[in-house]
Amino acid sequence: MNIPVEGFMYPNEVELQWSILIVLYPFITGLVAGAFILASLERVFRVEAVKPTYRLALLTALSFLLVAPLPLQLHLGHPERSLEMYLTPHRSSAMAMFGFVYLWYLMAVLLLEIWLDFRLDIVIKSQTTTRVTRLIYRALTLGSDNISERSLHIDERLGYFITVIGIPSAFLLHGYVGFIFGSIKANPWWSSPLMPIVFIFSAMVSGIAAVMLLYMVTTRLRGRDIDIRCLDKIAQYLFYIFMIDFSLEMLDLLQRVYEADESFRSLDFMVHTRLWTSQVIIQILIGTVTPITLLGLTQILKLTEAARKRIYALAGCLTVIGIFAMRWNVVIGGQLFSKSFLGYTTYKMAFATREGLLTAIALLILPFIILSVLVKLLPPWPDAGPVPAPGAIEPRNQLTPVLRG
Amino acid sequence: MDITRRRLLILLPAAAIAWKFVQAGTPESSPNYILAEHWWGMLIDIPKCIGCGSCVRACAEENDVPDGYYRTWIERYHVADWKIERPEVESPNGGKQGFPPNEIGDGKNFFVPKLCNHCVDSPCTQVCPVGATFVTPDGVVLVDKSYCLGCRYCVQACPYGCRFINPKTNTAEKCTLCYHRITKGLTTACCEVCPTGARQLADLKNPKDPIHDFLKTHTVQVLKPHMATGAKVFYNGMDGSVR
Repeated sequence: MNIPVEGFMYPNEVELQWSILIVLYPFITGLVAGAFILASLERVFRVEAVKPTYRLALLTALSFLLVAPLPLQLHLGHPERSLEMYLTPHRSSAMAMFGFVYLWYLMAVLLLEIWLDFRLDIVIKSQTTTRVTRLIYRALTLGSDNISERSLHIDERLGYFITVIGIPSAFLLHGYVGFIFGSIKANPWWSSPLMPIVFIFSAMVSGIAAVMLLYMVTTRLRGRDIDIRCLDKIAQYLFYIFMIDFSLEMLDLLQRVYEADESFRSLDFMVHTRLWTSQVIIQILIGTVTPITLLGLTQILKLTEAARKRIYALAGCLTVIGIFAMRWNVVIGGQLFSKSFLGYTTYKMAFATREGLLTAIALLILPFIILSVLVKLLPPWPDAGPVPAPGAIEPRNQLTPVLRG
Repeated sequence: MDITRRRLLILLPAAAIAWKFVQAGTPESSPNYILAEHWWGMLIDIPKCIGCGSCVRACAEENDVPDGYYRTWIERYHVADWKIERPEVESPNGGKQGFPPNEIGDGKNFFVPKLCNHCVDSPCTQVCPVGATFVTPDGVVLVDKSYCLGCRYCVQACPYGCRFINPKTNTAEKCTLCYHRITKGLTTACCEVCPTGARQLADLKNPKDPIHDFLKTHTVQVLKPHMATGAKVFYNGMDGSVR
């Protein structure tokens, strides 16, 4: 073990405990929470303009949520014991609740909402497709193939109700991740009551930006026109939420600078040296100030449609990079300094190991693979609504004009 | 098979030897040890520590601590004049082989042995997601390595840097206050070998323990009292620069 150390570290502190995989964990759960919040804009708050992204946002949230526990599982010293967190949770532990929060969000919110929303499509496909595909869709109906007007109305009401529950659940999911860090009093870089709130807002920022980008890319790939009204609305929300997020982070910074407690000198030095590139340059300048300025310009100036699209694409990419850098700076930055405040260690990222860069890249690609399967199975495109072949639907399940797009 | 007198004479010693082997694999019982009668801590007398590293070596040997990790270690402080907020601290190899001669001139130098503080309100116990870390009824913080997930949350939560992940077991590890010894009426390995008596195991529930007289007559501190962990390792003569 040859890790460069500057100053004095307690001997057991030299090696970092949480690697890039733990950076991925809040990043991925943040995307989930943010994507869901975007979906809820249409469902609960009736922001009709963002409707084209509604279903895509739900599937994106599911794709990332399915991958969310993997970095944790790979990181554990004994992954085979991880079920103990469900069986014998330690009630005083912030981490012990992860499994329950995760399951609640996955099973009670996301899967249920997606199923209710796509049930009509699934039922139609289970009756219009053949062979293996038919079997898959039949399984997905879960035996519920009633698509009468009344049944669809129940789906709609129930879906609405679940989305209403889903909003605080999304906040809980990511606020909880923030609490895991914010409640560690031994670590002044993490310990802050603002941490869960900052995590929630940064989650919304990253999730909205990611879905916006996905919408642009997938629409382009499908050879369709991007709904600029939808994009404008999403960008507007992104801008407002980003402003709140940035203000909260600056408030936290201001508090730390003004208070200048015993840890301040050490943390300040760290930001000016080891974290300068990842925090000041990438997170703040490139990943926050630049996209906020770009999005702000689109709110103030009257730009052409093409210019706005380019700006949104650029701002979206920079935002996602900035939020990733934020997660990196929280997780890795919080371990680079000694709790004696007298020294600094270095994070040496491995490459092809269980917790290495290669694994992290694979884990970041995996949600997109899952998403591509999901969109094949359940096309979320507004223009790909259920259009049954004439006479294909069984008489007892007559389609009615109430179909949602 | 008939048991003849001749065969019995051969079998008995063999059975006795076999029984010895069985006993060797069985943990020693401590029939006279009553958990509720003890509350363990430690006293560290900083002016007495000479930084020889015997305690670190004894601990590593007694508890099979892997190289590069420390259940206990020694820090050497150098404080120049009034700059107690910026001490110069070193702990080469945890002080296991002692310290090279001090080449820093002006100022004061002293050694500070460190170990788990066996906190009453230990943050590591609080955060363990499965309760693999726990406080025993006699006040020792232990880790059940057959249960630990290796999530490392406890390592992050310890304000004193006392925990590490044992690369052999992939579980959290720390000072056990030589629980296997103290429950047999022995002292810890580090206290046993300390040539100057700078480390003293303390039973805070035993009214006859000399710790009580010491605490009443000396100015003692715990590390990072603002963390409010209820640390039970008491330091005599600790400078304000120690963290």
